[in-house]
Amino acid sequence: MSGDNRQKTLNALVDRYPGMLELDAREGYEGYIISRERLIEFAQAIKDELGYDYLSSVTGVDYLPDEKIEVVYHAFRSDGGPALVFKVQTPRADASVPSLVSVFPGADFQEREAWDLLGIRFEGHPNLKRILMWEGFHGHPLRKDWEEPYFMESGKPFKNRWPEGDAVRSEEINPFKKNVQYPPEFSPDGWIPEADEALYSGMVQLGAKDSGNGRTLETDQILVNLGPQHPSTHGVFRMIVSLDGEEIADLQPVLGYLHRNHEKIGERNTYIMNMPFTDRLDYLASMGNNFGYALAVEKLMGIQPPERAEYIRVMMAELTRIVSHLFSIGTLLNDLGAFFTPMLYALTERELILDIFEAVTGSRMMCNYFRFGGVARDLPEGILGKVSELVTERLPRKIDELDTYLTDNEIVRSRCIGIGVLPREQALAYSAAGPVLRASGVDYDVRRAEPYSIYDRFDFDVIVRHNGDIYDRYLVRLEEMRQSLRILQQVVRDIPEGEIQTGKSQYQVRVPPGESYGRVENPKGELGFYLVSDGKPNPWRYHIRSPSFINLTSFGEICKGHKIADVVGILGSIDIVLGEVDR
Amino acid sequence: MYGLGLIKGLGVTLKHFIESYLDDIRWLGRRYYREGALAERQGPNARGVFTIQYPEEKLPIPEEFRYIPFLVYEEGEDGDRELRCTSCGICPKVCPPQCIWITRSNDPKTGRPIPTPTNFFIDIDVCMNCGLCAEFCPFDAIKMDHDYELASYDRFTDHIFNKERLSKPLSYYQAIRPTNFAFEEAERAEKEAAKEAKRKAR
Repeated sequence: MSGDNRQKTLNALVDRYPGMLELDAREGYEGYIISRERLIEFAQAIKDELGYDYLSSVTGVDYLPDEKIEVVYHAFRSDGGPALVFKVQTPRADASVPSLVSVFPGADFQEREAWDLLGIRFEGHPNLKRILMWEGFHGHPLRKDWEEPYFMESGKPFKNRWPEGDAVRSEEINPFKKNVQYPPEFSPDGWIPEADEALYSGMVQLGAKDSGNGRTLETDQILVNLGPQHPSTHGVFRMIVSLDGEEIADLQPVLGYLHRNHEKIGERNTYIMNMPFTDRLDYLASMGNNFGYALAVEKLMGIQPPERAEYIRVMMAELTRIVSHLFSIGTLLNDLGAFFTPMLYALTERELILDIFEAVTGSRMMCNYFRFGGVARDLPEGILGKVSELVTERLPRKIDELDTYLTDNEIVRSRCIGIGVLPREQALAYSAAGPVLRASGVDYDVRRAEPYSIYDRFDFDVIVRHNGDIYDRYLVRLEEMRQSLRILQQVVRDIPEGEIQTGKSQYQVRVPPGESYGRVENPKGELGFYLVSDGKPNPWRYHIRSPSFINLTSFGEICKGHKIADVVGILGSIDIVLGEVDR
Repeated sequence: MYGLGLIKGLGVTLKHFIESYLDDIRWLGRRYYREGALAERQGPNARGVFTIQYPEEKLPIPEEFRYIPFLVYEEGEDGDRELRCTSCGICPKVCPPQCIWITRSNDPKTGRPIPTPTNFFIDIDVCMNCGLCAEFCPFDAIKMDHDYELASYDRFTDHIFNKERLSKPLSYYQAIRPTNFAFEEAERAEKEAAKEAKRKAR
């Protein structure tokens, strides 16, 4: 369907729901506002009739002055193109919206997150429980009138820092053992934690008699907690596994152990302050995060970085991709039991790239390099030569070596082929992203589907494989590193001289009111930043569509029926970073 | 043949294993603790063992490396320290974790603020080394340090740096960041000259 036709059908849709669906006419906003009653119908219609089969982001915004809460959806077509944004408004006092899980199962975790943090009830959601905070937590922290314990001010900079600043150690206002605050009606002594029982009760129960597998030896159901502290979970991540013998009957991820309410912090920060905080999301790909955030703010401000800065950005983002994929392959092999040798071979190459990051940005991991309308500083002398040497000689050789080392290895193959299969339809429905999506046969890469920055100039292939198992995800990552090297070779060849910043880099940027959604293809998948500005120095809403978090939505489903030892491998192949999952 | 992939893979490990010995023999005891050895051992053509022997050996620090800010002072004619800081308050305003405190005091006679800060604190437990303070300082007064070995025995008193602890001479800044220093000094000189020309014209 061509763009014009699509617009016609969309207009027809608007006519179909008179008074129920209207264009969002607020200044700086885009998309449609639809009434609550017609939401599911509308979602089904855009999926079936218009091909918007990929619901990327679901989030809410608390418009406190209007006493309204708005739920914002970003849907995309899997063959590329811009977003279809639609919104539902609901009164703040009784926020409830129909759940879209029946149409887009990928909305599952995101709706739970919106319930948890914003208190929006999704009618018809199969399992509407808190996901990042603990059961029993008081309030919904992303609401604008929610204040954290030891609250200082609703926006930085804090007034007591200057000119009458007198340093107080945070531990003094907040001494150990007294550094917890409870809601007024809550008494910690009388409280019996129910969270675990509530979690277990949702699991599949197997009767001892009726295991349904037709075997003579009957097995009991066993619940096993993997994590939160377990070397294979890549951080503090917990899975509750219900076992039938050694086979997985059901699996539920439990998240939030690293939750710090990044989004609330982001709304207290000024725009520039968020840049170093984005480094700490997916800390293996810090400049990819910088990229997404910079794009979102630049969209709002309506500025473009100069040519040289664009090239530097692409160079950094692609180096970051190689770093992240190397790490991912290394840890995957760790998870499969090849203890540390492949990991260290991969990390050696990563070190060389980190050396470049350190020389350019000043830090190996927390780079904080992108600015609105450019980058923080120009490349130091001689660094391009180093990058060139690395991407034309050493890295291709080393990636080939990794290929020889692992790809044909019979143990790797037998542990990976056919395990953790995510079929194409499910991958799309569950809003999987990045290598996980592409290994399932969906030809979708944001760099191609909706090119940002200068990605439309480069010659590279989007790697797609069709089996959707661990092995294919591994191969997609391996091939993507080669494609990144291809892009890097073109960058090093073509990078022009010139400015690296549009205008002067300001510490207090003026951001006009409005909303924007900036998305990039991060190593883990599509990373999106949804921003709402009200013209003040701090963003009104700052939401992150985090690929690691959303890729976990299908995790329980694809583990079912496999052995418990494979769960670790499957998790490794999804490649999560807990800094980004829990935010 | 089943197992061929395994053997191929093990060949890679064997190659790494042998290379590490070959490399040792090639260097004959001069592989460590030698000027320039690190650059080759960790360079793009490196083979063999990649690690460094910290703390005997340390990675060379690139000029842009940033760790905990410090305040630049210029030495006056009679040896007194003149902080470049004017307590304008931009760094505490831009600091993302809000770890900078500045005390500015007023002149008792005129009632106007004294430019030099009465005190200046940075809580290094909170500082996230982002470098925004140094980037946006209009007076080149606060800069990021290279000294990363800051472990101490007492976290209660040692981790809030005050003005004395933060102050470092301009010559130190010049030593750790020569290119930046030269660039900024040229810019300052240019500004001074422009000011001078303007004054003369008047």
